Amino acid sequence: MNKMAEMFSRQLEQGSDGSTQRLERIRAGLSARHSRERRFRAYGIAAIVAALGFVAILFSMILYQGLPAFTQATLTVDVFFDPEIIEADDIPVQVEGQSAAEYQKAQLDWQRQVTMLNWNRVVEQAILAAAPDIEIDTRAVLSVVETSERFRLRDMFVADPGLLGKTVSVDMLASANTDNWLKGNIDRSLPDSQQQLSPEARALADRLMEEGKMRFSFAAHIFSNVDSRSAPASAGLAGAFVGSLYMMLVVIVLAVPIGVASAVYLEEFAPKNRLTDFIEVNINNLAAVPSIVFGLLGAAVFINYFRLPLSAPLVGGLVLTLMTLPTVIIATRSALRAVPPSLRQAALGLGASKTQTVFHHVLPVTYPGILTATIIGVAQALGETAPLLLIGMNAFVAQIPSTPMDQSTALPVQIYLWQGNENRNFFEARTSAAIIVLLGLMLTLNAIAIFLRTRLERRK
Amino acid sequence: MNTAIVAGLLLILLGFAYQLGWSRSRSLVAAGARVHSRPVYHGSLVAIWALVPALLVLGLWVLFGDTAMRAYIVAQFPPDVANLAPGDLNAAIQRVRQIETGFGVVGETAPYENAAAQALREFRVLTFALVVAAAAGTGALGLYLARRRISDRLRARNEVETVVRILLIACSVVAILTTVGIVASLLSEAIRFFTFVSPADFFFGTVWNPRFSTVGNGATGEYGLLPLLWGTLMVATIAIIVALPIGLMTAIYLTQYASPRARDIIKPIVEVLAGIPTIVYGFFALVTVGPFLASAGTSIGLDIRATSALTAGVVMGIMIIPFISSLSDDVIRQVPRAMRDGSLGLGATQSETIKRVILPAALPGIVGAFLLAVSRAIGETMIVVLAAGNSPFLRLNPGEPVSTVTVTIVNQLTGDTDFASPQSLVAFALGLTLFVMTLILNVAALFIVRRYREQYE
Repeated sequence: MNKMAEMFSRQLEQGSDGSTQRLERIRAGLSARHSRERRFRAYGIAAIVAALGFVAILFSMILYQGLPAFTQATLTVDVFFDPEIIEADDIPVQVEGQSAAEYQKAQLDWQRQVTMLNWNRVVEQAILAAAPDIEIDTRAVLSVVETSERFRLRDMFVADPGLLGKTVSVDMLASANTDNWLKGNIDRSLPDSQQQLSPEARALADRLMEEGKMRFSFAAHIFSNVDSRSAPASAGLAGAFVGSLYMMLVVIVLAVPIGVASAVYLEEFAPKNRLTDFIEVNINNLAAVPSIVFGLLGAAVFINYFRLPLSAPLVGGLVLTLMTLPTVIIATRSALRAVPPSLRQAALGLGASKTQTVFHHVLPVTYPGILTATIIGVAQALGETAPLLLIGMNAFVAQIPSTPMDQSTALPVQIYLWQGNENRNFFEARTSAAIIVLLGLMLTLNAIAIFLRTRLERRK
Repeated sequence: MNTAIVAGLLLILLGFAYQLGWSRSRSLVAAGARVHSRPVYHGSLVAIWALVPALLVLGLWVLFGDTAMRAYIVAQFPPDVANLAPGDLNAAIQRVRQIETGFGVVGETAPYENAAAQALREFRVLTFALVVAAAAGTGALGLYLARRRISDRLRARNEVETVVRILLIACSVVAILTTVGIVASLLSEAIRFFTFVSPADFFFGTVWNPRFSTVGNGATGEYGLLPLLWGTLMVATIAIIVALPIGLMTAIYLTQYASPRARDIIKPIVEVLAGIPTIVYGFFALVTVGPFLASAGTSIGLDIRATSALTAGVVMGIMIIPFISSLSDDVIRQVPRAMRDGSLGLGATQSETIKRVILPAALPGIVGAFLLAVSRAIGETMIVVLAAGNSPFLRLNPGEPVSTVTVTIVNQLTGDTDFASPQSLVAFALGLTLFVMTLILNVAALFIVRRYREQYE
């Protein structure tokens, strides 16, 4: 462009005196203008570098903090199911004439009896057998492994009472404090009063690590366990994952058909009048209403008025459906708008009815668009937290929900709960790990969307 | 009631009805008649006629069946049990139901309980059979009537299409119902809140101290909106100060300077920021940005708290960057090329063209984007919940913690479903305020953007 200006000015040079003067003025200002141009460009580049830098910082911080949480200190020891400690009756069997309720009561009584046994002692003996010559008290020994491990031994016994008197090799999870100590998350030079583990326990952990009985292994339980308060090292995402899954199912089952139908009506059938104009403004506004307002709607209508259960994925799914609906409608409408009118005219010209035209010819063309919109909407719903807090999904739930009506949390809410945990040292990494899982899921969804869209579009 | 059986029966009814209508239509064609609609439509019409009455009957049973069952159990009880207090009566009913299902109860059962359970078992079988028979009967009646109507002149396609259209309209009404639901629920609960606290105290109060619902009757708390509104505006302003220059310059560079290849790479990466869940930003603010700002503040002699309006605002700004950049991108690209070429042809540099021609032309659209971004910022929740510090006082210093409208909604309502105390009802008054604020911003933005589009189309 500037070359053109220069050429132009050279032509003018042969002109009159007035134009020569003007030319001088333009030339004098040229370098200042060009440096302004360079500066402006530099601002643009700086803005892009800043934006890209934020993406990079965000992802690298989360990966840096979260990846270590995917491995956890695990202790492999031989556990002896000592008949002297495990003194329980035989497991009850259902006898003739006993009702199901009474049999269940007998079962529960037996399990209660088994639970009351001193499983801690079993754990302690197993660890002491692994490090026989160390001087240490019971509390310190037990603080090395996670508190849930004794329940695991109990559950092993309940599942198979024949283990009594036998020795089995068991992988036990180290406690959160041990994990912190071994990973160096806590400053090793701090005085005893500020350490979470006693000196003996720290020595024991170090020694087990040296001998190879304790090692860092992949923490598969992050994916298979539910949340736990008493045993933070064993806390996992399974419950939240299933809760999110149920909600996404509800969203897909409801938001997609309703959204597509509504878009089809507004775009293809509705007369253009005040009412449809109002619906359009309404949908565009709904797309920009803060998510927390949908949470208030859910709390007032679904929970308080319809008396649906608190913390249920069904209610969460309904709220997220209402939130996702505008996204699906708007995207489907723009996909429908992009269909060439010739297609409609050809179908109508061959005698198809309006409905036949839309459902047999126009809508199939928009499937890639609808699919992309659905996945984007679902990904958005998957990451939404605020409305779920208002319908009680931030409750602590230590079970995998078996139906959409059961209590449950969701992945983003689990992140919210974990970031608030008091054991910051341990849970900061755990929270980042959960974030990695969530972002990974969203990334997968988006990748699927892109893959399917290119496939569908190529087929046409 | 056994749902699977009913669903199976319904499916059978549906398939049967469709098949009947279809074959009838085919036989008409075979007989040589010129039939108006294709067999598919006759089949669908008969299926609709059969399904709707059956579903109506089942729907009634779902709504009232449990009440009927309960009333029947109570009728089986001896008078002294039937006149128990509601809580004990419920327990007694529950026992009978457990005996009836065969699961049993712990301990001895009273003779009247066994009798009631036996009666209930019979009643359940009977009513199930009755309901299924009624549904099947009405379905069959509908089927019969619809099938009798089939003739060569029946406009089955038009009728089926009417049903389809009614379904489509019903679906588009959901969006309106959502808005109505939001407004109605917010208004009704907010009005209940204003019976405890006068609107003037709420909207113009400068102290936020709601106390707890267990202490006193709630009238003791102070519900001044202004500190929250102040915090909201402060955080939103900081967010816009961060996001607007970066977002706008990104859009300008990508549309005006960048090569198509660079644009194809950079644009999606920037838009990744828009897809990240807000809870992730909140955690990022809390763990990374907050401590960084605090230590940076200390090194230049400023006292910045780790959780403050500044932390929340900066991170929210990062979140909004792609929002502003992609909206501005669209708007800038809609400015006619002729305007740009004209300016360049007159010898203006590229940046002069952008500043004097393109931006003024795109200004309405950019203002629209700006308004939507503000609306987004004041409605954002998770970032401020985690990183703003939750301290509802009127403070000028952005380095201090603040509280916002959204944070307070979460705090007042989380885990609380007893909507009787002003402590939880105030969340709806706050929600109403938030909704009205964002509504005004959104509608203004939509209006401006629409006018702008019309200008250049």
